[in-house]
Amino acid sequence: MPIDILMPALSPTMEEGTLSKWLKNEGDKVASGDVIAEIETDKATMEVEAVDEGVIGKLLVAAGTENVKVNTKIAVLLQDGESADSIGSSAPAAEAPKADAPKVEEQEKPTSASAPVPAQPKVETAADPDIPEGTEMVMTTVREALRDAMAEEMRRDEDVFVMGEEVAEYQGAYKITQGLLQEFGARRVVDTPITEHGFAGVGVGAAMAGLKPIVEFMTFNFAMQAIDQIINSAAKTLYMSGGQMGAPIVFRGPNGAAARVGAQHSQDYASWYSQIPGLKVVMPYTAADAKGLLKAAIRDPNPVVFLENEILYGQSFEVPKMDDFVLPIGKARIHKTGKDVTIVSFGIGMTYAVKAVAELEKEGIDVELIDLRTIRPMDLPTVIESVKKTGRLVTVEEGYPQNSVGTEIATRVMQQAFDYLDAPVLTIAGKDVPMPYAANLEKLALPNVGEVVQAVKTVCYK
Amino acid sequence: MAPRKSASVSGRKPAAKTAARTATKEFTGKNTPDFGKDEELHAYREMLLIRRFEEKAGQLYGMGFIGGFCHLYIGQEAVVVGMQMAQKEGDQVITAYRDHGHMLACGMSARGVMAELTGRRGGYSRGKGGSMHMFSKEKHFYGGHGIVGAQVSLGTGLAFANRYRNNDSVSVAYFGDGAANQGQVYESFNMAALWKLPIVYIVENNRYAMGTSTARATAQSNYSLRGSGFGIPGIQVDGMDVRAVRAAADEALEHCRSGKGPIILEMLTYRYRGHSMSDPAKYRSKDEVQKMRSEHDPIEQVRQRLLEQGWASEDDLKAIDKDIRDIVSDSADFAQNDPEPDASELYTDILL
Repeated sequence: MPIDILMPALSPTMEEGTLSKWLKNEGDKVASGDVIAEIETDKATMEVEAVDEGVIGKLLVAAGTENVKVNTKIAVLLQDGESADSIGSSAPAAEAPKADAPKVEEQEKPTSASAPVPAQPKVETAADPDIPEGTEMVMTTVREALRDAMAEEMRRDEDVFVMGEEVAEYQGAYKITQGLLQEFGARRVVDTPITEHGFAGVGVGAAMAGLKPIVEFMTFNFAMQAIDQIINSAAKTLYMSGGQMGAPIVFRGPNGAAARVGAQHSQDYASWYSQIPGLKVVMPYTAADAKGLLKAAIRDPNPVVFLENEILYGQSFEVPKMDDFVLPIGKARIHKTGKDVTIVSFGIGMTYAVKAVAELEKEGIDVELIDLRTIRPMDLPTVIESVKKTGRLVTVEEGYPQNSVGTEIATRVMQQAFDYLDAPVLTIAGKDVPMPYAANLEKLALPNVGEVVQAVKTVCYK
Repeated sequence: MAPRKSASVSGRKPAAKTAARTATKEFTGKNTPDFGKDEELHAYREMLLIRRFEEKAGQLYGMGFIGGFCHLYIGQEAVVVGMQMAQKEGDQVITAYRDHGHMLACGMSARGVMAELTGRRGGYSRGKGGSMHMFSKEKHFYGGHGIVGAQVSLGTGLAFANRYRNNDSVSVAYFGDGAANQGQVYESFNMAALWKLPIVYIVENNRYAMGTSTARATAQSNYSLRGSGFGIPGIQVDGMDVRAVRAAADEALEHCRSGKGPIILEMLTYRYRGHSMSDPAKYRSKDEVQKMRSEHDPIEQVRQRLLEQGWASEDDLKAIDKDIRDIVSDSADFAQNDPEPDASELYTDILL
């Protein structure tokens, strides 16, 4: 039997990639370990090696094809005595779009357990009042938006530099700092050893001396090694010095669960950092917010914890084409206006909320969806205003349920808008368990769209 | 400058050899470069100010004017005074919580420091920092840190900023023999050596990490060797002799300013008082303390030399003593009478 060569998954969050180059032609012999193709993911270009021996019978996906889904058949390997004719009906791979085909958008996510993230927004998104009407919008990934924000601020201010593990020569573990070394050089794009506690302290010290460091953590899970410097040194110095010196620094990196990386790599720190006076905590969802808020964070004279998400890095959103697009920290954005019920979410939590809003719309429930964007300082007035209108509130986040951002919102809404509530506030969060590895358990541990839909119906008494 | 016999860069030598060589010099007080009259008088005055200030702080603590933790620097005065004599304007200083002496040596006012100890509005942090958390941007003093070892990474960051700006300043980061066992110290050593950052790491080895003697806490009690794995040179210095400190400081600062990267100075010193005001210091004998006071006191050494050289008479020294006592009493009066911060200060200086 001919052996099918499948599009491989090359990272925990990879769902598709570009088959950039074939290194073997039809008819070529390959031995196990031979490099047969190059595949570009959103993070890196990887070489694909043959596992089996044989002769390339057919290349099913042309070089240069984008959006080739994981597990698509990309080639067929013939064994001794087999001919290309024997491939027959096993080709071609219908899922693979043509190289010149338009990018597929709004794909329904496969129900496969390895892809727990709901699909991209289908909901009509309200315009951000901070973006001037009529501004040209450009589809940009969150990854590029973050990079552009750093590059723009580094061009603007010589005191801004970025440091962290693999930020320079490797071009960023998640490619967020791609190209920065080439433009700004090793003085301002600093590769550190694997030494979170140490380099967080070095960053804070440099900030106390007046520089404006951007400290990248490969993930915020590793920043637990550095949390003393973030809280005790960065957040408290301004107060302890009677206002003489603070730390204008940004701590940024992916936060929360990626996919199938287990308990130690899958924690959401939004509520942890949001408890600390002296810190600002930003957690964007869209690429526009990522860009505008990261630029604001870099300019902010205070320490800012900027929580990104690996799964969102590759997602595309409209970003305004402006010379200097800076958004205000501490201001929520009404993602969609509605009259029946309010959902408040932020970061990757928004992916569940957006999907739920679309489903609820079909059932005639008109949701107002608020993207908090900043966790601290929290834009509670926007939430309260909405609750006064709808009388019902559901919060959505991936973090643990006890002392979550949602429980904080629920408490404050209860205290400040009790008379406006027509139902108890419901909080959707991750489950109260360490993140399991098994695909089915991981899916169960995270919130899901069904839970959000159900919660909204419950507060609407439907 | 006088010849420097007591101190030499040792990092490139094999560790065992260096240890043997430096260990024999402990507290000899000999073979140190001489100070001139002005230097001796300056050192005497500066050290005496710290001694008297700390004695007063101890009193005020006993009277309830100072709260919380209060860690006195008595016995260790030669370390900061000798270092400061070698530093240039712009060099940054950062330390942990036994910080009153460092602040006075940096030129911060006795009133401002004492008023911070009493939690009053005239304190350096307007009463919001306390004994362990004080800063002065003007005097390049970056704290005053309560977390053991954190200041080492922060100080490395100050040195990073110097390198980034390509200026001539050196960061001077103090930590104790206790902090020397914290992991981030070595993370910082690694980066400082890797990037050749201009920083002098000063281990104030006063023999006790709170109540635990170095012998009970560490497998390598020669702290000048703690950077050897990173190629950071180290010098073991008689930290009770201000001249030896000054000589080592000159060498270390020159090493940093010439672009050779970090250096470690291990100051062999001793604190006369407990770890903090609430420490009865039962982990060491009275004899041990008495022996250090009578044979190695940093201030008494200078005093004897001033008299022997005929650079000061008893009356001259009494006049200096009175002058210092006046400064300290004034600071204590100020610190007791200055009002507490306004209640509105509770919510200021959290964010800019």
